[in-house]
Amino acid sequence: MKHNYILNSLPYSEPFLFVDEILSVSEYAIKGTYTFEHDAYFYKGHFKDYPITPGVILTECMAQIGLVCFGIYLLNGKTISEKSTFALSSTEIDFYLPVYPGEKVSVVSEKIYFRFQKLKCKVKMLNAKEQVIAKGTISGMILKENKSK
Amino acid sequence: MNSEEIYRLLEPIIKTYLPEDISAKEINRNSDLTRELNINSAHLVDIVLDIEDVFNIEFKNEDMESLRNVNDAISLIQQKISG
Repeated sequence: MKHNYILNSLPYSEPFLFVDEILSVSEYAIKGTYTFEHDAYFYKGHFKDYPITPGVILTECMAQIGLVCFGIYLLNGKTISEKSTFALSSTEIDFYLPVYPGEKVSVVSEKIYFRFQKLKCKVKMLNAKEQVIAKGTISGMILKENKSK
Repeated sequence: MNSEEIYRLLEPIIKTYLPEDISAKEINRNSDLTRELNINSAHLVDIVLDIEDVFNIEFKNEDMESLRNVNDAISLIQQKISG
């Protein structure tokens, strides 16, 4: 599958899109990158006079690449004609290093299982020096959009 | 395995995924897993995966669709272990 197809299928837009590029994807794993721009809206308040990327945003980035992009890839061919939505169901992430404005991160996600529309993955985020920023497990449900809407 | 024996193995699995505001005493054979026991769809998948391990069986997507209450789970398990 073309990596662009995945990016174009994402249900997000600015200022809440945290995927720049998919580097590789297979049935077992995905790898993608994102660069946190200096002028991202959350740096204004997190923290006052000391901009640092919020953990929830790092988690969101890990989920967008590791779960949603991966899910779009894994779904292809099965429910391509139906619109699907994604719901985060649980996260358990440990954080090790801060991410400052302008940093480029990569996210690697390995499938634990994908069954009954639930995708559970082991996900880690690395910085440009390949140091672990955060790692843990994330799972989500792929829901078919209600047709009556 | 009769339905009583299945229930004894099934109850602790369900208990694991109950939200805090639901007491384990509320589990009975007619309990609707999502509506009454408040188990979300993601944890329903976890329950099914645990059932597969404990009973050494495999659920299909259509089994998932017919799974509403504890009795449904028991009869699906019964079908599969005898099948």
